[in-house]
Amino acid sequence: MNYLFYISSIVAIAATVMVITRHQPVHALLYLVVSFLGVAMIFLSLGAPFVATLEIILYAGAIIVLFIFVVMMLNLGRESAIQEKQWMQPKTWIGPSILTAILLGELLVLLTMGGSVPMPQQTVDLKKIPLSLYGEYVIAVELTGFLLMAGIVGAAHIGRHKKKYLHRFLKQEEEAV
Amino acid sequence: MQSYSVLVVAAILFVLGLLGVLTRRNIIFILISIEIMLNAAGVAFVAAGARWGQPDGQVMFLFILAMAASEVSVGLALVMQVYHQHKTLDVSKLNNLKDDIDV
Amino acid sequence: MQEILFLIPALPLMGFLILSLAGRHLSKQVIAVVGAGVVCIAAITTIWLGINFLQTPQENGAYTVTLWRWMNVANFSCSFSLRVDALSLVFLFVITFVGALIHIYSAGFMKQDRDYARFFASMNLFVCAMLILVMADNLVLLYLGWEGVGLCSYLLIGFWYETTANVQAANKAFYITRIGDTAMAIGLFLLFRELGTLDIPAIQNAAPEHFTKSSPLITSIALLLLAGGMGKSAQVPLQTWLPDAMAGPSPVSALIHAATMVTAGVYLVARMHAVFQLSPLAMNITATVGAVTLLIAGCSAMVQTDIKRILAYSTISQVGYMFLALGVGAWSAGVFHFFTHAFFKALLFLAAGAVIESLHHEHGIFKMGGLKNKLPIVFYTFLAGAAALAALPLVTAGFFSKDQILWYAWSANGGSPMLWFVALAGAFITAFYTTRLMLVVFWGDVKTHIGEPPGRLMTWPLIILAVLSIVAGFIEWPHNMLHVTLFSDVVQKVLPAVTEKEGVPSESIFQLIAVVVTLLGIYTGYLLYKKNASIVAKWKLVSALVGLRNFFFSGWRFDQFYHTLFVRPFVFVTSLNKQDVIDKIYAGIVSMFQWLNGIFSVSQNGSMRTYVISVLIGIIFILALQFFL
Repeated sequence: MNYLFYISSIVAIAATVMVITRHQPVHALLYLVVSFLGVAMIFLSLGAPFVATLEIILYAGAIIVLFIFVVMMLNLGRESAIQEKQWMQPKTWIGPSILTAILLGELLVLLTMGGSVPMPQQTVDLKKIPLSLYGEYVIAVELTGFLLMAGIVGAAHIGRHKKKYLHRFLKQEEEAV
Repeated sequence: MQSYSVLVVAAILFVLGLLGVLTRRNIIFILISIEIMLNAAGVAFVAAGARWGQPDGQVMFLFILAMAASEVSVGLALVMQVYHQHKTLDVSKLNNLKDDIDV
Repeated sequence: MQEILFLIPALPLMGFLILSLAGRHLSKQVIAVVGAGVVCIAAITTIWLGINFLQTPQENGAYTVTLWRWMNVANFSCSFSLRVDALSLVFLFVITFVGALIHIYSAGFMKQDRDYARFFASMNLFVCAMLILVMADNLVLLYLGWEGVGLCSYLLIGFWYETTANVQAANKAFYITRIGDTAMAIGLFLLFRELGTLDIPAIQNAAPEHFTKSSPLITSIALLLLAGGMGKSAQVPLQTWLPDAMAGPSPVSALIHAATMVTAGVYLVARMHAVFQLSPLAMNITATVGAVTLLIAGCSAMVQTDIKRILAYSTISQVGYMFLALGVGAWSAGVFHFFTHAFFKALLFLAAGAVIESLHHEHGIFKMGGLKNKLPIVFYTFLAGAAALAALPLVTAGFFSKDQILWYAWSANGGSPMLWFVALAGAFITAFYTTRLMLVVFWGDVKTHIGEPPGRLMTWPLIILAVLSIVAGFIEWPHNMLHVTLFSDVVQKVLPAVTEKEGVPSESIFQLIAVVVTLLGIYTGYLLYKKNASIVAKWKLVSALVGLRNFFFSGWRFDQFYHTLFVRPFVFVTSLNKQDVIDKIYAGIVSMFQWLNGIFSVSQNGSMRTYVISVLIGIIFILALQFFL
């Protein structure tokens, strides 16, 4: 199982690096799928097959599909790839890279500082998840319901095609001009 | 397998996502990077749950999943609107909230 | 019977509400009917109440009715309760009856004015506040009425607010009475601290037991209350507002600044007689203030040229007589003078208003003249009022009330020959300036074109008041002439009877002297302004006399004195601080925040990346802290 974990970790990290460096959005999305699959494998190795399944179904399935739809609808083809290439100048990524490297260094130091214990190699009982979900976390479940509801309504409202929208104050200003 | 090794993987994934948010100018890439960051947080949760043999980590991952789903739907709807109104996906051009006060 | 008590103040209040809320949409007839009608109904109610009161005496000598609990805080409780005893009844009668006549007169007097509704609304509110003042069962409610009449006085003095001078006069009246009101409020606080109650009957009962006679505490309470009364009643040194208050319409001067409000101080002192009696010093000061006031104001009245200012100074002087009477312990004499004075002074103001109106708003008496035949009704009524003011013996009300005061100024326990002499001098002066006023205004040649004579709405109140100015005195005769003491019989149920000194010469001698002095004053006026006018012309050449005349004319230079004493130093201090040092601090704070805003608004550049980077730096910083903690 250890090998499974290390291999899938390397795959996930490598795929993620590819995601954030691609010019073509579609390529990036394909690498993102690989990254999600890698993470799903990590879950499996941690003894969480249920989440691994959800990772594949929802992340690699539903969310990626949403992205692909949008990329398709906006018709982002070669032009956008060229544009991305122009935007990816060293001067834009060197500064942030250094900062994030510092953050990563800090995180690694902190994580290794506290000593370590071997991970237990057993699967968490699947039944316990829904029991605690609808037991102690029931309010969080309901709040998540609200959140999803708000997400749906918000998306439907924002995504509506309409004329160029102006706030009424701006509209008055424009009319005055 | 040591417990920190999983967390290190999660940290690396998170930092990569953050780097993506910082370096990319295309909104779609920024959204993708945010997904990566959320996913990394989920990894950390699941690892912590597995360390103690408790289901709570996985429950938290479910909540993160739900949140990521709604976030991505609203975010992508916003992307569509932005593209319609400004004909660009470049976040550095979307700076209408700049404070123009003259002092 | 006492259930209808609340109607008396409620009716004018209702009139005020109707006129102030809907007055804009009502025709002038309706406004006049509402405005004057409510006061007339209140007057009829009062008369009915008074007849009942006199016929069936109450056990405790008063009608009381508690309308509602007003406030209740810890050990202080105060109810909205009305109480009418003999003293309140006298005031009630004057306020509603004279008030009703003045309202009827105003309906004619103000008919050209476009703010008809505002005028009647303010007048009604004034009547309501004044009624609350005299009907109050506790001093807090009395204070409500006290401030209410101050407010209405302010509103009505400044009624023609387009003219700056009128507004300034209104402000002046408001400020100066405020000085007295503040003193009175402090007096009330002291009373409450000592007695734990502000109910008037409770104070009457508790005060003699609680306070030792002429202790500094009771003296200071009495003096603070007196200061309140002096402010409202325009007594020296707070008298300067009243002559300027003549800026208001004539009915206002008649109602507020002659008949009712300026006598609120008299009411307060009479009401609090239990407190004042405990402090002989305060009583002496009251008498002295009255005496000084009547002399100072009388001298000023002699040389004024504005008809209303003459009457205003005369009012101050007559109220001074009332304070003198109260101060020497002749309580009922003071209230009796209030009673008769209300009739003849209201009459004089109303008649003066009619004269002014007929002469196209001419105020100067030397531009009037020869009105005797042109305005006969005004002339005869004015003559009746003037005779009462001059205290023409035996035929006028003013004689009966003033004669009592003169007599008691010597013979009462608190009296002294000095006070008597000042009062006598005042009687001479009063007779003199009244004669001067009559002769200059009504005799001689016509100097200004005479417009329309006053209508019936204006003349009938004049006639009724003129009759009352003559006959109102007959209810109380001097003791040595006829034993008719209707007035003091009623009032002395509430107010203590006067105690006389031993070994005073006979009353008849004093009456004789007073009569002679009054007639002498009238003759002097006749001599100087009718028979031999050249004397005055000769006097005008003597610079000392002209200086004296100017001194009197300016009201003994009190205004200039106050200007130098208070206004100039204040203006000096404010001009020193013209740049407003304190404000600099706040201006500095404001500019500092504007500067900071300029700096921080750089950070709000609309670029998402900068925001994320700042968040990142924050995270790095916080995590770095973990290494050191």
